[in-house]
Amino acid sequence: MTSQTANGAMLDVRDLHAFYGKSHILHGVTFTVQPGEIVSLLGRNGVGRSTTIKAIMGDVPPQGSILFKGAQIVGRKPHEIARLGLGYVPENRDIFPGLTVRENLYLGQKSTRGGGRWSMQDMFEIFPRLEERADTPAGVLSGGEQQMLTMCRTLMGDPDLIMVDEPTEGLSPMMVEHVGKLLERIAARGISILLVEQKLTIALKICQRLYVMGHGHMVFEGTPQQLLADAAIRKEWLEV
Amino acid sequence: MLELVIFSTLNGVLYGMLLFLLASGLTLIFSMMGVLNFAHASFYMLGAYFGFQLSQWLNFWTALIVAPVLVGLIGAGVERWGLRTVHKWGHVAELLFTFGLAFVIEELVQMVWGKLPVDYRVPPLLDFPAFELFGTTYPAFRMFMLLISVAIFLVLLMVLTRSRIGLIIQAALSHPNMVAMLGHNVPKVFMLVFGCGCGLAAIAGVIAGPALVTQPSMAHVLGPILFVVVVFGGLGSLPGAFIASLLIGLIQTFAIAINYSLGDALASLGMARPLQGVLSDLWQVTVAQIGPVVPYLMLVLILVFRPTGLMGTRES
Repeated sequence: MTSQTANGAMLDVRDLHAFYGKSHILHGVTFTVQPGEIVSLLGRNGVGRSTTIKAIMGDVPPQGSILFKGAQIVGRKPHEIARLGLGYVPENRDIFPGLTVRENLYLGQKSTRGGGRWSMQDMFEIFPRLEERADTPAGVLSGGEQQMLTMCRTLMGDPDLIMVDEPTEGLSPMMVEHVGKLLERIAARGISILLVEQKLTIALKICQRLYVMGHGHMVFEGTPQQLLADAAIRKEWLEV
Repeated sequence: MLELVIFSTLNGVLYGMLLFLLASGLTLIFSMMGVLNFAHASFYMLGAYFGFQLSQWLNFWTALIVAPVLVGLIGAGVERWGLRTVHKWGHVAELLFTFGLAFVIEELVQMVWGKLPVDYRVPPLLDFPAFELFGTTYPAFRMFMLLISVAIFLVLLMVLTRSRIGLIIQAALSHPNMVAMLGHNVPKVFMLVFGCGCGLAAIAGVIAGPALVTQPSMAHVLGPILFVVVVFGGLGSLPGAFIASLLIGLIQTFAIAINYSLGDALASLGMARPLQGVLSDLWQVTVAQIGPVVPYLMLVLILVFRPTGLMGTRES
């Protein structure tokens, strides 16, 4: 399949299926993210949100069609997909605990040539705590600091689209605010964001569009206002 | 007594550093790829034989450089076209693959160089006593071996902690998938680490070949001790492998040098020997005789009391 760029989307996922061993996790997921857009992927635990972005990154073998900036990326290796400009911030953060904060950020860069949208100095301005702790091992940072570090590390690779998996999980309200502000700052530089969340807190505030996932496929697509108006969807697929 | 302590310490540290040249590669390969490379000591043997052959054709100094490079390339090739394909079928298949590879290398070595030890000699330039202490001399070549292995240890340390590729390797030890998703070519890093690991083993082979015996069983002799070092230090831990290498190097050399038996120890304390009769032979066993068992005893004990090894973090 070659480039069949549908409506100039940054990311165009169609009929995506994925398996963990023999269990069929994704049953035909379809959605798009436009350039510069913030899109949320909502849903309860276990409906396949994380699997969706892992399949896009090539970490879980995907079946179907995934066009990124018009190029088919199904079957590509994770590092090739990352080099096309797709950034991923995992849910479990996956910082490199033995390396310092600075070294973690340094490894976010894909090459040493530089020239990306973000420098290490930008990161330190956005979140000064990282500069204070630049030379301490990342493993001793607090959960919130690790979350910020993970997002900054991915930004160092200069992505055009950043996929963030549950960034506010287990964070204090103040850290949640930091994360929300950082997401808006990222969007302000024209970078698309795919935000995976369970709670509505920041999603409703910063997103242009959102999708709700249930049992391996999309059950809702619309604006934050439309979701707020649709009590039935929220009750069936979001509220506990 | 002082003489024994000084020479045994030198030999023990030397043997330990040689073990570390092998163990460092083995433990890095294990923690990155999850592959326990049974053929690792075979690459050490290849290093010794390549070193011997190149010394014959050219000279020892060229061999010291060229042999490890050749073995490193072979190692990288094994990873690229062997292990990477076998990887699909899981760790057991990988283990069996390296197990088979060890036999293949041994048979090939026997086909080319024969079953008997080859005449791999210390280069004339280093064939003199380095110093004399209490009437015993210490060969210069051994000092050279010590120097080379310490130098390589330092280079390895610098590369791993200071260079970008070193940082990528460190990160990939624990989070290979995340490293790939940041845009680093992890399979290439795996190949590099496997190749360099084999190259390090080959350096140990080139310099140990003339001092020990270069023969087809040399991989067999060293292999088991190597696994003791890596498991004892903690699978995947470089500092652990370093400490375990030195410890086992020293224990083995000292054990061989000490000719005391438990009976002698009791006698010097003025005590009688209990357990006369069938078990009386027990008192005659010298430390030198039980020396070879000590590393394996350590292996068993550490697995019972601290299964992760000295500094390992892995559960399995």
